[in-house]
Amino acid sequence: MASLTVVAFFVALMLSSALGFVAHDWSAEVGISYAPPAFIAAGARETTGAGLETAAAVTGPKPVDISDVDPLAPRYAEWRERAGKIESVRFHPSATLPLGGDKWGRDVLKKTIKGSEVSITVGLVAALLAVALGAVFGATAGYWGGRVDDMFEWLYNVFTSIPYILLILAFAAVLSRGLATIILILGLTGWTGVYRLMRAEYIKHAGREYVRAAQAIGASHAARMFRHILPNTGHVMLVQLSQHVVQFIKAEVILSFLGLGVPVSMVSWGTMLAEAQEELVIGKWWQLVAAGTSMAVLVTAVSLLTDAMRDALDPRLR
Amino acid sequence: MTAFILRRLWQMVPTLAGVILLVFFLFNWVGGDPALVLAGKVADPATIANIRRQLGVDQPYWVQLWIFVKQVFTFDFGRSWSTNEEVAHVILTRIGPTLTIMVPVMLIGTTLAVLFAVLVAYVRGTLTDRIVMIVATTAMSVSFLVYIIVFQWLFGFRFGIFPVQGWTDDFWTNLTRYAPLPIILAVLVGLAPELRLYRSFFLEELEQDYVRTARAKGLSEARVLLRHVLRNALIPILTNIGIYLPGLFVGSFLLEVFFAIPGLGREIIGAVNRSDFPVIKAVTVYLAMFTMLVNLLVDLAYRFVDPRVTFR
Repeated sequence: MASLTVVAFFVALMLSSALGFVAHDWSAEVGISYAPPAFIAAGARETTGAGLETAAAVTGPKPVDISDVDPLAPRYAEWRERAGKIESVRFHPSATLPLGGDKWGRDVLKKTIKGSEVSITVGLVAALLAVALGAVFGATAGYWGGRVDDMFEWLYNVFTSIPYILLILAFAAVLSRGLATIILILGLTGWTGVYRLMRAEYIKHAGREYVRAAQAIGASHAARMFRHILPNTGHVMLVQLSQHVVQFIKAEVILSFLGLGVPVSMVSWGTMLAEAQEELVIGKWWQLVAAGTSMAVLVTAVSLLTDAMRDALDPRLR
Repeated sequence: MTAFILRRLWQMVPTLAGVILLVFFLFNWVGGDPALVLAGKVADPATIANIRRQLGVDQPYWVQLWIFVKQVFTFDFGRSWSTNEEVAHVILTRIGPTLTIMVPVMLIGTTLAVLFAVLVAYVRGTLTDRIVMIVATTAMSVSFLVYIIVFQWLFGFRFGIFPVQGWTDDFWTNLTRYAPLPIILAVLVGLAPELRLYRSFFLEELEQDYVRTARAKGLSEARVLLRHVLRNALIPILTNIGIYLPGLFVGSFLLEVFFAIPGLGREIIGAVNRSDFPVIKAVTVYLAMFTMLVNLLVDLAYRFVDPRVTFR
């Protein structure tokens, strides 16, 4: 139940971020470069501020007047006047941010929220695609059997004989970069496990009495496949769906890190971790912790939810 | 047995044909015109036409497919598009470093996972069991990336126990100096999921009647676990190892990228980024073949583990 709350919280966060309620300005420069998180910097700020003032007071020798030898001297007043006409907004970067800032002074909290949008979208949509593909293939193969089954089994053997990660990379090599592409790659390569289970379910159900009863009252093949049998395999699909969400969220992070995922104009937990590697060497750990923790919490919550769903829905385990 | 092997080899033919078709479809059809990639940003039509003729892309699709099939069976994929190095040479030189990391990982990782799994399964239901399982589940939820970043920083940079990254031509230097940190990392990260999986295998076996019989005969617990239970649980474990074995050759590409190990995994990532199709094509096809062979070997190994298994 707690895991359901956490998952719901993340999805709500992602939706509000997608609709622009929060974190729409994640790329704005709101703090100084590598602003430390507020909770550790509160004590340190005053001392550094005082140090700066005294330093400014000491290093202030009177500027030497060179206006009689400076050929540009007469025009300074004019320039100053013209410069004054240009409106400028004075920008006050804040010294601390709730969860710290990155190299360009962007708020890590907002980046993490925006990143969750990408990660959850990819995980969810790709998992839906993979489960849908696997379900349709598995249903067709299991229901019809014979030649059709042989053909899908052949396709399954082909896809599983290539190591999974290599399959993803091969797809990534030929397709362009972008959010839609990464969803497509994960969905097109991830259907095999679902297919296997759905095929077994359909073989099991196809000969059952209720299906034959449906046939007797004149239900078409499509109606039997999708209206009668499909609801009975719902638990398999649901468990598979949440398992694939976890798997794909992890995969997206790794692909984005390697530069094969989302473009630079977007932020994801993977690109945050890519930045974090360099930051760690100079002691800026907060981006790593923010992205890593939020991902770990989400993944744990979804995994626990999967286990709970399986216990509740799978009749064999009772 | 010979008949079984022959039939299995025969069954591989359509699958291999499928793999070749899939790779061909991806790289020659979806991948677009390679001449545009190769010729660079400013290219005149003559150069493009020339490259197209060299690669045979101007031929009809069935001729291209035939060229590709010939490439697969003569082990001659030509040269890399970006470095002009022969593809066969690329694969052969990159495989050594990958195996230097991955073979120890496999051996140490599996041994540790099996040992711990036996112990945890033996004390199932106790506080120790529950704590180990909670730790393993939590450890699994953190991304592999985070582990690498933190460990590399902590042990390589902060404490300086291991070099941050590097590689030499000397096997022993590599194994003793540069390989330990990646190996430790891969073993530690792989331990949690394997431990969970193997524990469930052992638990299933521990409920069987033969365990009670063995105990009734008065055998020591160590003998029951290591001789009776372990041998029976070995079949699902072998299957699991068989699944991971082909991955050994690609290595953990993340580790190779982070630790600058000139292995096959890093080469593939580079090839993907440079759109260097020949390298990816070759690795994909040969690893698919290898996977099929490993599956056959695993099936044969069942026989040695469990004499009851018969080949149909």
